[in-house]
Amino acid sequence: METTVTKKTERLIGKPIRRREDPRLITGTATYVEDIELPGMHYAAVVRSPYPAADIKGIDTRAAEQHPGVVAVYTGKDIDHLGAVPCGISLPDLRIPHHHLLAQDRVYYVGHPVAVVVARDRYIAADAIDLVEVEYEPTASVSEPEEALEAGAPAVHAEWADNVAFTHHQAGGDIEKAFAEADVIVKERIVSQRLAPSAMEPRGTVASWNSGDETLTVYSSTQIPHILRTLMAGVLGLPEHKLRVIAPEVGGGFGSKCELYPEEALTAFIAMKIGKPVKWVLTRRDEFLATIHGRGHIDYYELAAKKDGTMLGLKVKIIQDVGSFHMLLTPAMPTLSVLMLPGLYRFKNVHADVVGVFTHRMATDLYRGAGRPEATHGIERMVEVLAAELKMDPVELRIKNFVPPSDFPYDTPMGVSYDSGNYAAILEKAVETVGYSQLREQQEEARRQGRLMGIGIATYGEICAFGPSPALPTGGWESATVKIEPSGQVTVMTGTSPHGQGTQTTFSQIAADELGVDIDDIVVAHGDTSTVQHGVGTFGSRNTSVGGTALVLAIRELKEKIETYGAMLLESDDVTYAAGVCTCNKTGKTVTLGEIAMTSWTGPTYPANTQPGLVATNYWEPPNFAFPFGAHIVVSEVDPDTGEVAIQRYLAVDDCGKVINPLLVDGQVHGGVAQGLGQALYEQVVYDDTGQLVTGEYMDYALPKAAMVPTIETDRTETPSPVNPLGVKGVGEAGTIAASPAVVNSVVDALSHLGVRHIDMPLTPEKIWKLVQQGGSA
Amino acid sequence: MIPQEFNYSRPGTVQEAVDLLADNDAKVLAGGMSLIPLMKLRLSAPEHLVDLGRIPDLTRITENGGCLHLGALLTHHQVATSALVQEKCPLIAETAAHIGDAQVRNMGTLGGSAAHADPAADYPAALCALEAKVRLVRRNSERLVDIGDFFVDALTTDVEPDEIITELILPVEEAGTGVSYQKLRQPASGFAIVGVAARVRISGGKIAMARVGVTGLGATAYRATGVEALLEGSEGSQDDVAKASAAVDEGVDALSDLHASSDYRRHVARVFTARAIQAAL
Repeated sequence: METTVTKKTERLIGKPIRRREDPRLITGTATYVEDIELPGMHYAAVVRSPYPAADIKGIDTRAAEQHPGVVAVYTGKDIDHLGAVPCGISLPDLRIPHHHLLAQDRVYYVGHPVAVVVARDRYIAADAIDLVEVEYEPTASVSEPEEALEAGAPAVHAEWADNVAFTHHQAGGDIEKAFAEADVIVKERIVSQRLAPSAMEPRGTVASWNSGDETLTVYSSTQIPHILRTLMAGVLGLPEHKLRVIAPEVGGGFGSKCELYPEEALTAFIAMKIGKPVKWVLTRRDEFLATIHGRGHIDYYELAAKKDGTMLGLKVKIIQDVGSFHMLLTPAMPTLSVLMLPGLYRFKNVHADVVGVFTHRMATDLYRGAGRPEATHGIERMVEVLAAELKMDPVELRIKNFVPPSDFPYDTPMGVSYDSGNYAAILEKAVETVGYSQLREQQEEARRQGRLMGIGIATYGEICAFGPSPALPTGGWESATVKIEPSGQVTVMTGTSPHGQGTQTTFSQIAADELGVDIDDIVVAHGDTSTVQHGVGTFGSRNTSVGGTALVLAIRELKEKIETYGAMLLESDDVTYAAGVCTCNKTGKTVTLGEIAMTSWTGPTYPANTQPGLVATNYWEPPNFAFPFGAHIVVSEVDPDTGEVAIQRYLAVDDCGKVINPLLVDGQVHGGVAQGLGQALYEQVVYDDTGQLVTGEYMDYALPKAAMVPTIETDRTETPSPVNPLGVKGVGEAGTIAASPAVVNSVVDALSHLGVRHIDMPLTPEKIWKLVQQGGSA
Repeated sequence: MIPQEFNYSRPGTVQEAVDLLADNDAKVLAGGMSLIPLMKLRLSAPEHLVDLGRIPDLTRITENGGCLHLGALLTHHQVATSALVQEKCPLIAETAAHIGDAQVRNMGTLGGSAAHADPAADYPAALCALEAKVRLVRRNSERLVDIGDFFVDALTTDVEPDEIITELILPVEEAGTGVSYQKLRQPASGFAIVGVAARVRISGGKIAMARVGVTGLGATAYRATGVEALLEGSEGSQDDVAKASAAVDEGVDALSDLHASSDYRRHVARVFTARAIQAAL
């Protein structure tokens, strides 16, 4: 057989290679869950509670069952033998209510699944859900977490009258001493509002039961196919090796698809029950109601400092709006915030108290940044409040308090170790690029003209590359298998499960460089538990740092074997493999990777003590997290007549360690900034005081559109992480984390001469106009 | 997001359309930008839709007797980009360009927007400022309705269930008339929190004609006649405009929702009235 491997010496790491995923996505030839059609497919639709809190007095399914084309209707009693929707977090006093796949005798939030209808087409299913008659007896509900904590508030779960879902305390240093020694203490209540993750592709599942060999195949729009398999097998009571989970093309997740949702397991349950393939895809309206929300923090900050700006200590009380049930990682969201409370600053005294609160709302959980945006927003707002109090320049104040480059690895009072960084350098670069001192002069001139111009700075550090295994209930490692096919092409199988990150491109670059083969000779496969070795998945900016490292190490192992085969073919004991060719260092004779691969599979002879084939698998666990950092600067102007904010400049200077593909890094920053800016200016999940979701459509939930996002200037510093051999840190969440404080700081800065110190998000025109009207007094 | 079952007819002429409406309990479908989402959410469940989308007579633009006749099924994009409309009635073209996004402008229609009468829609402000007339046709009869009588309440017009809007009749703008449409966009939907359309003509150093249409503030779009009266005869100084604009919310029961309170709406109505008049001057 002819080999097609071309020799490659040009390094691809660091080059702006265009995304290899895009042609199929742009031409509509990618296969999402919705695109999967199986013979005999049936369709499920879910009946949801219209009440935030109600007793179910009865469910009459007869009319729905008699509707032509309906195959079955299932309610809570049909599934009460199945396992609960899992929560993977342990905390000492964590209260985990039993989270059935369908409501039993009570509903706990608007959108709570109550029954599921199965029909031979989706239209019949959609009609039939209206025929399921549920008799509800509404009871008092509580929607706001601080109200839920008040004595006498309705108990979300009868067994826990105080609505406390968990508490968590973490401290470092001596907070009492820090506050006693302080010249100034600034305090603020800072809210990070609930957000809807808004993946472009809604959640969906197809399940197919093979009654012959009793195996179940589940296609799901998920970020964690292997974990989903383990969890789903547990819920269904199905042996795990009988279950195959496939994440086909997944159109975004932003954390919201790191779950086992009730509907995923229900779809599988129904497929097993009726012996036919079943499809269920969430509508956008139900996506708002029943996909996890992000954020949902009310935080009380106190920052202590000396007159000269030296920050001494931080006290924070975090109130986390849990919703009515925990999802997979819900309790870990505020505990992750706690880890990043000190930001980039070197003060050693931190005191954090967290209370998770049950409310009659959909659960909160991971959303791009997952705990770090809340922490970064808090500390970066507090630094500005302190700067205003001390009348210090916020750049100067930050630089004065940064962890210095000489202190890395730096052990924080929250028990983590920042791997590497140069925080002053990145802020100074941003300040210089944006022309900070000129901007301050322009601001003075603007104020003389009665214009409201603001300059907002935000620096951030984020914990990512998850992570050492103690940090994750799933294990913190990742896996890769590299296989050189007989004709020399390369198949990479990664245990990650990318869903928009461009991993097929970056991993191809990594493999091309490590193996010295052409990028077109590499295929990157993922997301199928039957073909890909066990993996953890894609979240927490871990894909390249952990999964990419497993890939590198698998290739390095394979290269030794390639040289063993090369030595045999070259009849030499001194060979070197590089750039697709194995060379005898004595004679200069060469043999190509293709020739070696063919020999490795087809013989006729093999090196001594060497197995046939070129396949290697690596499971790699990082020794630490990686900590990307950066500085974003926003210039904005507020219209004093209407309160509208116009972003005039957005500069993002990020350090995500070694860059594999600058095009994709910029893309991640752009997308992340758009989402952080969305939180700052537009987005909010609003439940009214009767517990109804007000923002249940994009008519009211203001996701920023392209025209609402300013031009984003990007720049970088590159501080390699010592944690992994690629030197990468992660960039998936950086933009989101930096953008909300940068934007809010700019708007607060625009109004600072009116006495404004803080504004909660989103910065709606009305909110800002009122502050201007009141001359700033909030 | 699947609507309930419905019957569907797609007539090729106005006569066929009005016959279908006379003989059936049917609802008219134009561009579908409001009706289809309502049906998908099952907030609206008509038994029968009569789709006007393939009636050539309804997409004509003609000039006749000092007026522009705009077919009801013209898309916002067609209205915004027609050279004839831009020249003869620039206010409606400018307003059309502010509606929604490109997808909506390529599907949504002038007549559909008028008939839906969303209190936050853009077109009604311009239609009021232009004192448009609406031609309504039913089997065996037709009538012309002044825009002032057309909008009855939020989502309610003078159109009877068996009538269709065939065209909107707008005055050809006289030389020397300045126009402008200014809006504060609701960030999610792109509808107007408040939108103000203004037409102003100066003659001999004074404002000889002023027309101001407002959308978003109250249950229906309206002509702010108080503003107009204060402007006409004035010199149109900044002070004159500010004083006149302050009258824009007189007698209006201002709306309040998630995106803007009634107080804020009143305030921005004054701001955008002044801006629209200044831009038109």
